[in-house]
Amino acid sequence: MARAPLRSPLGRAIGLGSAKEGVEHWWMQRLTAVALVPLAVWLVAALIGHLGLGYSGARKWLQAPGAAIPMALLVVATFVHMALGLQVVIEDYVHRESTKVVSLVLLRLACWAVGGAALFAVLRVGFGG
Amino acid sequence: MSAERPLSPHLQIYRPQLTSVLSILHRITGIALAVGTLLLAWWLVALASGEGAFNAAQGFVGSWLGKLLLLGWTFAVFFHLANGIRHLFWDAGYGFEIKTTYASGWTVVAASALLTVLAWGLGLSMIVG
Repeated sequence: MARAPLRSPLGRAIGLGSAKEGVEHWWMQRLTAVALVPLAVWLVAALIGHLGLGYSGARKWLQAPGAAIPMALLVVATFVHMALGLQVVIEDYVHRESTKVVSLVLLRLACWAVGGAALFAVLRVGFGG
Repeated sequence: MSAERPLSPHLQIYRPQLTSVLSILHRITGIALAVGTLLLAWWLVALASGEGAFNAAQGFVGSWLGKLLLLGWTFAVFFHLANGIRHLFWDAGYGFEIKTTYASGWTVVAASALLTVLAWGLGLSMIVG
């Protein structure tokens, strides 16, 4: 017996199918995870290697591209990874629809705000401002 | 959602295993790292803002509470990193056998404990030496 097609005749005729973005969340979570493997190791090693630098020493350290570039990449990858991860936590535990939507919006806005501020700080020091 | 019926897993009678403990620990360390990321953002913004702000952030990090949090975050980073790599292997389709899952789980526990001790040993020797 031939298997019944899962797509409706109309769907096949229009040829649109899904929006093809169903795996976007999953994919970005993994992509940022892979990026964060070397970046997290770098951050821990860099912090241990530069303990007790003081204000001017720390600024001089972060001004070098060798520190500013990985720090900027780390901030971006971390905040994307964090937004996606905390989103799933909210979706798992907050069941009231209104509370859930408000929490998800606040989470995204907070991640953009704090992540943006952190990235701006890295760039400002990196460009010597 | 009704709270009358027992939810699965029924936590009062649930017997935890290594796999389930590491699973929830991945989420807990993820949430802890989100809080730690706020400290990193504060530190970066303070560094970009000026010496006074930087000294305030550095003062918090150097306090006993700051050091305790930093110790917790060190473990959280290494655990989330090691267990995250374990997850990436699963995503690629490897390591699903029960024996392998336990072996990789204990490896994650040992690696994150060892790396935490190593990082703090190195850090403390940097300050003292």
